[in-house]
Amino acid sequence: MAVLTYLQAISEGMREEMRRDESVVLLGEDIGVYGGAFKVTKGFIDEFGPKRVIDTPISESAIVGAAVGMALYGFRPIAEIQFADFITVAYNQIVQNAATIHYRYGFPVPIVVRAPSGAGVHGGPFHSQNPEALFTHVPGLKVVAPSTPADAKGLLKAAVRDDNPVLYFEHKYLYRRIKGEVPEDDDFTVPIGVADVKRPGRDATVITYGSTVHTALQAAEDLSAEGAEVEVLDLRTLRPYDEQAILDSVGRTNRVLVLHEASKTGGVGAEIAAFITENAFEKLDAPVMRLGGLDTPVPYSPPLEEYWLPSKERVVGALRRLLEY
Amino acid sequence: MPRKAAKGKKTAGAADLLKELGPDTLLDWYRKMLLVRVFEQQAAKAYSLGKIGGFLHLYIGQEATGTGAIAAIRDEDYVVAAYRDHGHALLKGMDPKKAMAELYGKVTGCSKGKGGSMHFFDAEHRFLGGHGIVGGQIPLATGVGFKIKYVEGDEVVLCFFGEGAINQGAFHESMNLAALWKLPVIYICENNRYAMGTPLERASSLFDLSQKACAYNMRRDVVDGMDIFDVYTKVSEAVKAARQDKVPTLIEARTYRFRGHSMSDPAHYRTKEELEEQMKHDPILTFPRKLKELGILTDEQDKAIQAEVKRVVQEAVEFAEKSPEPDLSELFTDVYAEEEV
Repeated sequence: MAVLTYLQAISEGMREEMRRDESVVLLGEDIGVYGGAFKVTKGFIDEFGPKRVIDTPISESAIVGAAVGMALYGFRPIAEIQFADFITVAYNQIVQNAATIHYRYGFPVPIVVRAPSGAGVHGGPFHSQNPEALFTHVPGLKVVAPSTPADAKGLLKAAVRDDNPVLYFEHKYLYRRIKGEVPEDDDFTVPIGVADVKRPGRDATVITYGSTVHTALQAAEDLSAEGAEVEVLDLRTLRPYDEQAILDSVGRTNRVLVLHEASKTGGVGAEIAAFITENAFEKLDAPVMRLGGLDTPVPYSPPLEEYWLPSKERVVGALRRLLEY
Repeated sequence: MPRKAAKGKKTAGAADLLKELGPDTLLDWYRKMLLVRVFEQQAAKAYSLGKIGGFLHLYIGQEATGTGAIAAIRDEDYVVAAYRDHGHALLKGMDPKKAMAELYGKVTGCSKGKGGSMHFFDAEHRFLGGHGIVGGQIPLATGVGFKIKYVEGDEVVLCFFGEGAINQGAFHESMNLAALWKLPVIYICENNRYAMGTPLERASSLFDLSQKACAYNMRRDVVDGMDIFDVYTKVSEAVKAARQDKVPTLIEARTYRFRGHSMSDPAHYRTKEELEEQMKHDPILTFPRKLKELGILTDEQDKAIQAEVKRVVQEAVEFAEKSPEPDLSELFTDVYAEEEV
């Protein structure tokens, strides 16, 4: 296995899928000649040519809409939204067209929409958001959010091979900061809809995804020194999420904290908490707790932004309350 | 595309404008243009020292467009800008101290440090942002135009955006509304040739951008965005049409940015020769040269103006450096408007 950064793993996943399947094409702003705002597609235009690595104008709605149109007749486009925040400009195409065409007409829509999301880089209110909950509410869409290089590659490849629209939220803070072993097998995928226990435990579970998987692992490490064993369950897919893995973990630990970087209110955590309460109420020794980014826009000021983020200290604090309940 | 429009009215020359406006006005333009340049040079320096974080998009090279256009409006008129907004904010009257402090993320900044470089705002000077999504500010400017018309005011709105924004639906929807409802908005497309790394020729089916106005039966014009006299003259005509006849205009200002899209962009997509050729038209050199030709600026005065501007910017830097970070409680303020009970 090769050791790759999270960013390299995404690139490698796309490159392998493009080599394997000529119907995979890329569309996005400055993804070709420029190599992408974050250089995820650096060198792609040299290998695959401008016919398959398509530089578009700044037109998110047309980018996603065109990807949907191509997907109706045999293509498997990967559309890049330069920053996840800009995905709101394409909201209509994703939520109305991509999500419902198969339901209405029976045409599969095998598109992937890649969206670099998240805070921690002082990007300010329009370059730091985690908009996944705007899409997990929508039937017909699949939503994934990898936390490690292996998952990033495996989920990317699975998303390309899936016959449905998949939104792929890659956390830009992790791009060059997280490294890990990544399988080199051409057919390595991480199945959509399957969660992963990133750290086993018996006393409580943190259910999380994306950047906060790493926060949760650090918090679990701290608490382990105090004798509490915290399980970290990485959802990886947010819709459809892995119900059985959640129930299994609740059965093992009986205490759950749901954690994500996106603001708490109305977030993915609310759905997970409600699911557990409906289906495993008797297993719980404490109320399901939630922790997320604070309920404000993401500020530019570095100290305010740091305060906005769900820190390891805050996760440890929440877990202590949960364990003591 | 040549900078000068092939056809169209002849621009009032520098000498005509000197006669019309007097030397003090032209010298004031120079002072303002220089302030924008020096402010951003300092900001770039602070960024490379790690004192400014996130993203920083510089206006360096394009100053003649903002300076000439904003000189053509009154204090009570409105300006709406995109994310390359430092120049427009300063030109509309924002205190350089508040602007620099915002870049530093300090509580004394125009948005208390919460907005940063792309989100300047100054209600007092009617500068309505600073917007981080390409094209997202254009409908907002259209709405301000509607407000003016509704209350039968005689203000106008200048709405700035890059040539990258004209491929967004928001641009086209706004053009139609403004023409349909006859709103006093001047849409100024600052064509600096590159939407991040993509040249106009690879992103637009039409290169003569003001022609987009034809589709909406809207008044249009083209200006040499490196020539402050041309910008001022033609924007003034558009302002007159907006103020008196409530007619919008789309203006393409042909300009050029000398720096990358942002601080992290080395701009490998263009040649050194191209940049050097464009820098011959640097307004911060050509404008004072013209003023000297006209006999209203001496080398000595020029030095004095430069020293004065440097002092103002230095004070802004010191103010930003000495200002406190926002208190953590500031995170929660202003999320909602609080009604007075």
